[in-house]
Amino acid sequence: MAIHPGRGFACINYPIGMNLGGDPAQALVHATPDGKFMVTLSAIDLGQGMKSVTRQIAAEALGVPLEDVHVDTADSDTGPHDMGSFASRGTHRVGNAVIRAASEARAQMMDAASEELEVSATDLDTDGQGNIHVKGAPSRTITVAETAIAAQFKQGKTLSGRGIFLIEPSGVDPDTGEMSPVTTYAHAALVIDLTVDDETGEVEVTEINSAYEVGRALNPKLVEQQLIGGAWMGVSHALYETTEPYYPDRAHGPEDFNSYLMPGPGEIVPHNIAVLERPAEDAPYGGKGPGEMCANPVLPAIANAVYNAVGVRVDKLPITPEKILRGIEANGGAKPQGRPGA
Amino acid sequence: MSSIEFRKDLFADERDDNLNEIGKPKLRQDIEGHVRGRTAYYDDHLFDGLLHMRCVRSPHHHARVRSIDSAGAERMAGVRRVVRASDVPHNINTLLSLIGFGRDDEQLIADRKVAYKGEPVLAIIAETEAQARAACAAVRVDWEVLPHVLDVEEALTPGAPVVNEEYPNNCFDYAPYDHVKLRFGDVEAGFAQADRIVEATYEMSPIEQAPIETCGAIAAPETSGRYVCHTGTQALFFSLGTTAKLLDMPSSKLHFIGGTVGGGFGGKVDSLTEPMAVLGAVLTGKPVKFQWDREEEMQVGAPRGAERWIIKDGVMADGRIVARQFTGFFDAGAYTRLSSYAGTKGTGHLPGPYSIPNVASNVFCVYTNRTPATAMRGFGITGVDFAIECHMDRVAEAVGADPIHLRILNAYRDGDMKAHRRRAKNCALVECCQVAAGKAGWRVSPEDMAASSKTGTTADRQAIPETALDEDGRIGDRKAGRMPSARPAKGTKRLPAGTHGRDHKAVPVQRPDMQQLAERVGHRVAPERDAAPAASPTVPARAPDTPTPATAPSRPTAAPPATSSPPAEARPAAAPPQPMPQLQPAQPKPYEPDTPFRQGVRRPGVSRFLSGSRRR
Amino acid sequence: MAQTPVRFTLNGRETGLFVEEAANLLDVLRRGAGDISPKYGCGQGTCGACTVLIDGAPHLGCLTLAATVEGREVRTTGGMADGPGLTALQTAFMEGFAAQCGFCTPGMLMAAKALLDRNPQPTRDEVIEAISGNLCRCTGYEPIVDAILAASGQRGAA
Repeated sequence: MAIHPGRGFACINYPIGMNLGGDPAQALVHATPDGKFMVTLSAIDLGQGMKSVTRQIAAEALGVPLEDVHVDTADSDTGPHDMGSFASRGTHRVGNAVIRAASEARAQMMDAASEELEVSATDLDTDGQGNIHVKGAPSRTITVAETAIAAQFKQGKTLSGRGIFLIEPSGVDPDTGEMSPVTTYAHAALVIDLTVDDETGEVEVTEINSAYEVGRALNPKLVEQQLIGGAWMGVSHALYETTEPYYPDRAHGPEDFNSYLMPGPGEIVPHNIAVLERPAEDAPYGGKGPGEMCANPVLPAIANAVYNAVGVRVDKLPITPEKILRGIEANGGAKPQGRPGA
Repeated sequence: MSSIEFRKDLFADERDDNLNEIGKPKLRQDIEGHVRGRTAYYDDHLFDGLLHMRCVRSPHHHARVRSIDSAGAERMAGVRRVVRASDVPHNINTLLSLIGFGRDDEQLIADRKVAYKGEPVLAIIAETEAQARAACAAVRVDWEVLPHVLDVEEALTPGAPVVNEEYPNNCFDYAPYDHVKLRFGDVEAGFAQADRIVEATYEMSPIEQAPIETCGAIAAPETSGRYVCHTGTQALFFSLGTTAKLLDMPSSKLHFIGGTVGGGFGGKVDSLTEPMAVLGAVLTGKPVKFQWDREEEMQVGAPRGAERWIIKDGVMADGRIVARQFTGFFDAGAYTRLSSYAGTKGTGHLPGPYSIPNVASNVFCVYTNRTPATAMRGFGITGVDFAIECHMDRVAEAVGADPIHLRILNAYRDGDMKAHRRRAKNCALVECCQVAAGKAGWRVSPEDMAASSKTGTTADRQAIPETALDEDGRIGDRKAGRMPSARPAKGTKRLPAGTHGRDHKAVPVQRPDMQQLAERVGHRVAPERDAAPAASPTVPARAPDTPTPATAPSRPTAAPPATSSPPAEARPAAAPPQPMPQLQPAQPKPYEPDTPFRQGVRRPGVSRFLSGSRRR
Repeated sequence: MAQTPVRFTLNGRETGLFVEEAANLLDVLRRGAGDISPKYGCGQGTCGACTVLIDGAPHLGCLTLAATVEGREVRTTGGMADGPGLTALQTAFMEGFAAQCGFCTPGMLMAAKALLDRNPQPTRDEVIEAISGNLCRCTGYEPIVDAILAASGQRGAA
């Protein structure tokens, strides 16, 4: 009886958005009287950071500081239509809609400033600190606040924008499966190190080394949140989670968190992440949305590492001690495969 | 302790890293509310006189309702209203009917038959949750238990009980077939050419999304005949539209508020709680909460559906995979919800991030007598990625290759043709493999370390091969016993090499002002080109269908990318863009479909909330 | 249904409510006292989202009979910050990105506060033990453990 080390690898790509039937998202942007900007969405923030990432996108596209932008999500009376928060579409679809709305608002802001500064709008730029200045003449400047006040109280203009982003609907050819499922893919690869106890069948994941390609890390801390939490969920899916432990038999389904198992804070796996950024052409600042794909490579990498450790291929999730022990028994003992890539 | 690094050295020529706000680790907008305990989720909107709604649910996998006796329950303390199936004005729906996909197949409250354990047949509204629970327990239902089926392959056999009357063959209709086909090249020829055949079956059991906040909604009469609904939905307008349809109510009467949700992971798309809560508010004139408890969340709420995948590979001795065949089953449970889309999305994902010259798959969306499945993080992909990546290791072992070498050898590269007949671009699988291996100290050969996603494509890899087609598996054939196998059949006809339709892109901006200025895009955008190339002589005019959108769109033939005009060559202060590989000598005439795509039923002139057909 | 009076202090304020005999503290705090910071996640005592402090010790609101807090001191995350500023623990959660959806956060903060109040310099294992009754589905726990250690002045402690 022994504890066997195992190492496994997997890599994946992940489709961003859902083109079926089109996949629209809308956004509205308007300025308050003193030049702060409100972004109104019906997109949902369920923890992934929709409010935060669209706020950063709006600030960048408007050319104003983050602190001067606030995002409101999901009041159907004020937020324009969005399909919803799923299919890794939030950052890509809603982000693009926000860029369009913010671009229109920015164009109006630059027009208003050009009237005040008496120069062409194309000769103006923002400094991202709340000021608009003449290109090449940084002393000829007006604040965004003064611009908004002038626009609304003197010029009679709104600083507002509307945005919609839609990938045109596409279908599936029934004979070949030809389709345009998405416009871009995120990528990941990771190496799992774990141990398998051939007496109890227990698996302990000891380390994860990963590379995730996310287009662009629009906010690196939000990306880190998704990747750390997502890999945790991947470990959980691989080793513990199911509502039907003997699928397709319906018996023994868990009804609470005592029987629906997940790793706790005592089972945190050290996870060394590298983030790669290859911007997608049609994505907001190239960002693809890492939220869904981050769990996916963990599951097969753990299965491959378990095989590497004891020579048992568990092809049915989750990889429970019972399945591992039955496999070891059928093989007449643990069959370590040797460390790969050594 | 975990660590994170940002490999800014990779693909550096494709980005401007000096943006003002993008790329900065700014605090979350919502975080102060979270740590103060002030963030308001749907259940944090307090209403005086709030009533509570709970359901009487089926204890059987499959049963007919002979009668329901709620007389005792109605007399119990605190009970305000018994809600029956007949109280639901338009008691039939399917979630994706809002985009015209699929037929209505699920009732909000079942009236005559239940098809899964936990399906609601009655609801009770009471002054407290405990009273509603007690009253539900006092309801007596006379059940006629029916035979049930729980295994996806068994459900497709001729004798299997019919789970869902709208789909009597126990699988979703992808007209004209009972499955989604993917055909690219000729897998049988590939198998014949291969040195080794590697085959295995993989399975994923259902998984609960398990957000810490359970699903629910609170609805109350507002003003002007309107109803406000606070909800934890992941899709505000899906839930609003579904409610409007089921309650036969103009959407203008509904005011939905949400957007701040205590975790979802896919489990809050189904829009079941919102129509129930609004119905309760309509019937009582009072604020009504319909909230699942944890047990309902675990066993009644839709999980990530189970999947079963059979993969058969033909591989050369050097590790090149020359043919890959899939047979896939998505277990939808009793009703469609989103599983029909899983079949499509899963198929579009095949054969994984690899360039394989011959690919075939049959993917089924199968009805069984279990809790309907729905979305979860990685929907339609997680299970098949598990299968593909376990299979890659099996293939590596079969040919004695290092697992990472096998991946890099077969990895898709920029310009390669994917099995769904669109060109690969913006690839980064090779680099991810290299970086992950480097971090883990997994030794990779110098040749593999020198590989790049930007290079390595060839004329062969860009080409759409002549393709073997078959017409097996028309709707109804399987149930009639005429289809012994679920696997892709041998081809009976050939589709010429190069056949493809056109790519689908972002619709251009409505007004020029909405177009982001080129110098503000922040990353490289390649000149416009078609994602489906003209490698071999192109045979135009096979028609990939296009769906019926909610409103008829115009069809721009060559929409510019969303944020791309003019190309970013004009972008200042960044590395000069690398020339993109020039792959196509001349553009063929853009493809235009001549027949509109139809999937599901829409009746012209009828409200978009009334699409689909009523269950008979 | 029979109602009984209960008096307790909630975040330092004297509070008196009539409650049903079987009412649990979670419902009474939320619907009776209007403090929405404790959350309902399971009602079974398994998720910890309803964690509150009673006389300084962490308790599960959903499993506590409201009548039993008579005369006792109840604290919640809603009353954690005294004044406009945040406590060190709240700041550590905020700056450490220790929350995503935020639904488990009030319970986590209470569990962490109970620990730090009696053990200002906990080890990593002690932090883990202190929050082991609180489930989080988003973060993978590591940022939460790190934030609690950071609040105790031990950023990066092993």
